[in-house]
Amino acid sequence: MTPTSQIQIAGSAAPHDAPRTPTQIPHRGGTPNPSAEALRARFGDAVSRVDVVWGETTVVVDAARVRDMVAWLHDDAGERYDYLVDVTAVEFRDLEQPLEVVWHLRSLPYRRFLRLKALLPKGAPLEVPSVWPVHKGADWMERECFDMFGVRFEGHPDLRRILMWEQYKEGFPLRKDFPLRGRFSRAEQLRQALAANPEARYSMEEISVVEAFSDLPDEMRQRLASGERTGE
Amino acid sequence: MGLIARPDEKQVVTVDPGSQEGWVTTRLDFLVNWARANSMWPMPFGTACCAIEFMATAASKYDLARFGMERLSYSPRQADVLLCAGRVPLKLAPVIRRIYQQMPQPKWVIAMGACASTGGMFDNYAVVQGIDTIIPVDVYVPGCPPRPEALMYGIMMLQQKVMGERLRDESLRHEIVPDPASQLYIPPSAIDELSEPFGNSVHQTRSGL
Repeated sequence: MTPTSQIQIAGSAAPHDAPRTPTQIPHRGGTPNPSAEALRARFGDAVSRVDVVWGETTVVVDAARVRDMVAWLHDDAGERYDYLVDVTAVEFRDLEQPLEVVWHLRSLPYRRFLRLKALLPKGAPLEVPSVWPVHKGADWMERECFDMFGVRFEGHPDLRRILMWEQYKEGFPLRKDFPLRGRFSRAEQLRQALAANPEARYSMEEISVVEAFSDLPDEMRQRLASGERTGE
Repeated sequence: MGLIARPDEKQVVTVDPGSQEGWVTTRLDFLVNWARANSMWPMPFGTACCAIEFMATAASKYDLARFGMERLSYSPRQADVLLCAGRVPLKLAPVIRRIYQQMPQPKWVIAMGACASTGGMFDNYAVVQGIDTIIPVDVYVPGCPPRPEALMYGIMMLQQKVMGERLRDESLRHEIVPDPASQLYIPPSAIDELSEPFGNSVHQTRSGL
């Protein structure tokens, strides 16, 4: 019998390669992610500030250049930010303080994390470019951000509400000026919700495989063409 | 089997025990209600943690089969009881309404837990303040979530209610039609009154700005 400690598991990382949970991280300050400097070198004035909070680097950038930056971070051989973790927004109670749109990016090959922030002043229309052309996973995250905060993502292919129903008229629920119970009376909210008629939109015909056949991935089309049943 | 008719002094039934064996007399009401109450098929509408507790109730330890409810009906067209376990967001309101309308008469509804009964702690823009504002409810089971014993007590209360129904009462077979303009079963003023904040949630009216 081999002792348990000597069993080699195929594919396991050697101990010195394994990621360690960092300890003793300062709240402010520390070594910024090298990608922040690379961004500043490449985009210059579009990068206005670099903060390090709890060991994570936040780069405050010009809203108009966000798509270029995310595309560059995605494509550049020295960066390879291939995973868009989250797109969301933060609003502060202070009327003077701008609304922040936040992108969390992770580079799996280099094990780096980078947070991009764009500041949108309150009075102006809340618009930022969509990163959907770079990360397809941004689709629903941007829809959620639009649904909850009313931030418009220019270039998004299908920007409509995702959590609230599409005919929702009360506004954007996570904005600070939105009352917790909504703007309408409970009876009016119910009346509108019951009139939403979800079947008008989500029909079985709409999601049938026959109509969506050309949109399916190749291997699935081949399997279906060879006579495999879809289970409908 | 428990088929014991109540003695009615005004009627005297004479039976010749020798002529035929193995029969029993009862009221038709009683027989039908007895069969209905002990073979209810629940349509589980589980949206939250109450549904976990409902699963525990249906599993072997608490054994919902003792009440004739072991056959969960995932098609509303075969269901007798709509068992709403969990909070119902406004987006789901037309769905639960449609499920209720697809159930054949006679039908009953159990609102399981604080959220289904009143909206619970979710006194916000997204959650229906009690499903009785959308569909008629027969039994409310309090708790967050209710223990299986509480749910079974609610089920037994519903069985008592069914046992008390009379065939003469035609409302059992009539679909309740909502108001055509608003699609609501109860007047809007009643909904607003039912949904008023209470307890700690009266302090949550600030809008933030």
